[in-house]
Amino acid sequence: MIKISNLSKHFILHNQNSAVIPVMDQAEFSVAEGECVALVGQSGAGKSTLMRMIYGNYLAQNGAIWVGETNVVGATAREIIDLRRKTLGYVSQFLRVVPRVPTRDVVAEPLLALGEEQTKARRKAEELLSLLNIPEHLWDLSPTTFSGGEQQRVNIARGFVYDYPALLLDEPTASLDVKNRSIVLGLVESAKARGAAIIGIFHDEAARDQVCDRVIDVTQYTPKAA
Amino acid sequence: MNEYNFAYLDEQTKRMIRRAILKGLAIPGYQVPFASREMPMPYGWGTGGVQVSAATLTPKDTLKVIDQGADDTTNAISIRKFFQKTANVEVTEVTKDATVIQTRHRIPETDLSDEQILVYQVPIPEPLRFLEPSEPETRKMHALEEYGLMHVKLYEDISKHGAIATSYAYPVKVEGRYVMDPSPIPKFDNPKMEMSAIQLFGAGREQRIYALPPYTKVVSLDFEDYPFEASKAEHSCELCGSHDSYLDEVIVDDTGGRIFVCSDTDYCSSQQQIIKEAV
Amino acid sequence: MMTDCPLLDVRSVTKMYGRRIGCSSVSFDLWPGEVMGIVGESGSGKSTLLNCLAGHIEVDQGQVFFDTRSEGMKDTLLMSEPERRMLSRTDWAFVHQHARDGLRMSVSAGGNVGERLMAVGARHYGNIRNEAIDWLGRVEIHHSRIDDRPTAFSGGMQQRLQIARNLVTGPRLVFMDEPTGGLDVSVQARLLDLLRSLVREMGLSAIIVTHDLAVVRLLADRLMVMKDGYVVESGLTDQVLDDPQHAYTQLLVSSVLQV
Repeated sequence: MIKISNLSKHFILHNQNSAVIPVMDQAEFSVAEGECVALVGQSGAGKSTLMRMIYGNYLAQNGAIWVGETNVVGATAREIIDLRRKTLGYVSQFLRVVPRVPTRDVVAEPLLALGEEQTKARRKAEELLSLLNIPEHLWDLSPTTFSGGEQQRVNIARGFVYDYPALLLDEPTASLDVKNRSIVLGLVESAKARGAAIIGIFHDEAARDQVCDRVIDVTQYTPKAA
Repeated sequence: MNEYNFAYLDEQTKRMIRRAILKGLAIPGYQVPFASREMPMPYGWGTGGVQVSAATLTPKDTLKVIDQGADDTTNAISIRKFFQKTANVEVTEVTKDATVIQTRHRIPETDLSDEQILVYQVPIPEPLRFLEPSEPETRKMHALEEYGLMHVKLYEDISKHGAIATSYAYPVKVEGRYVMDPSPIPKFDNPKMEMSAIQLFGAGREQRIYALPPYTKVVSLDFEDYPFEASKAEHSCELCGSHDSYLDEVIVDDTGGRIFVCSDTDYCSSQQQIIKEAV
Repeated sequence: MMTDCPLLDVRSVTKMYGRRIGCSSVSFDLWPGEVMGIVGESGSGKSTLLNCLAGHIEVDQGQVFFDTRSEGMKDTLLMSEPERRMLSRTDWAFVHQHARDGLRMSVSAGGNVGERLMAVGARHYGNIRNEAIDWLGRVEIHHSRIDDRPTAFSGGMQQRLQIARNLVTGPRLVFMDEPTGGLDVSVQARLLDLLRSLVREMGLSAIIVTHDLAVVRLLADRLMVMKDGYVVESGLTDQVLDDPQHAYTQLLVSSVLQV
């Protein structure tokens, strides 16, 4: 489902004497359908960078990132928009939403973008919100005022509201209590069971051991200091 | 008499105005620009109509001048005297005897014939002006037949007053093409514009002439659910008893007493004559 | 979802003001349902470009193809003026930064919304009014304000009225020039939410010129960065903002105050 080969990236900081900062060197791995792979490595090794490159958020200089039928490297904006809509979900650590939009609609949005009917999309969103223990009286409010843990769960609900064939999870269990943590891991398990290919970053080792089939140490792709 | 050329204007000017009139007749409802001259009267007193009349009159014509339907108001008398002095033409107050009728704000009640010419004095010829201040833009709108704005004006009327409250200068569409301001005649007169006589419109200050050839189709704009109505006061004339002529409301004393009388003085007196003869 | 024909196909559009560059060799395509943001500082040529595309100013070179309903892709710069004006009051809409440039201030809210309907031939007062009421509701203006003039409205309401006035004929492409500029932050948020849901519900495509990077992040799928009349960088909005490649974009992004 996801196949990465010979992937490299560096940043050039034009406004700081054009400093070149290499961050990724010849990354190479693949993730099959129904498989969950954890990225590990110390902070700064490039886990998040790699995730962002797969999502098309960061550009790569070299190599290929195949997600389904699309090579993210070199894809047009329109192809990536389509990929994100239909194939590739992403649960980030940050919630970025239009202020004032009710939580229910924030979660339903991926379905609405695919043309799902509004009442159905909202019902599905409500199912996930209640599963993730977001109290019903908050559904009509914007999540911008929620606590960190609540925002995190809204983000997760949004990532699981549609059955993406491929999923990227950036610390999905951080700042969650025990009960919600196990609910989230349950969601990951069932996504695997339906055949989703998942790449995740889990600092929570127990969680990682529970859901991940393999571990990829990104330090092996970290460019050696010149 | 030798001081003035016939009908005051020099022959070149009259020719220029006649060309504008002919162009106007060829494109009914289209505003033809013309080089309006200074006339010995202030703007707003009919300088456009006077120039059109001057270019139209021949020595054999008989002229009638009305202001709001009346032959005996200051404006009508001045213009009549002006042409008596400068053109030495016959004048009359009887509608059917006139060959050229210059009018301010009315169409005579008596049907006009194809031997007659009706000349209107026009203050603001551009029907789109109140909503679109830019002249290049309004000309473009005419050229491209973009007349949605006209209905915005009528829409505003209905939303404010519950009905189309525009009661004079009511916009019309001419031969399915140009939207035209009929000058500030009451909308009661609008249906009469489909007539046998030639109708010429002159706006002196705005330097525009436009025209309606005989039997031109003239449709008053409206909405399907608020159709055009040629309304008048729900009274009959106090003097002649007419039910179907346009009426002016006249205050007759200091206690608020009022009567309704025909605005067309010639029509009213001829109706009174008929009644007198019948008695 | 992937249609094979863009809605707008812009090819090397160039506009000179004498010897000064307005915008130069701008090319891009816009697909149905996409929102394109154009950012850059004042004088970067973004408004010039928008006005070129919308046919408000004459273009010196280039082509702007639009997928017309009747004839398919057609260069709007070669269209006759009546044809282009017809397009701009049916399939196109233009939302000005200052609502008073896009509204008739002496005409009631209902008349403002109804104008485009009447321009395309609506002649039933009751229907026009119902449509206006419906649209005022969609932009969250209470129907009791239908007969008020925009002069009696707040800035945010005027802007929403302008949007209703533009969208009433169901356009497919909306040009927006700093639509949230000059509004309070809370009012901006409401407008952004409104724009986003309208874009999605009506399947609109939009080109939004702004200097507010937060606005494009929330509204635009794609982003073009302009400097001195040239497009220096373009791509997915989040990619351009999070991994800017061009020196100017890096400067622009790093200059934004973090909240």
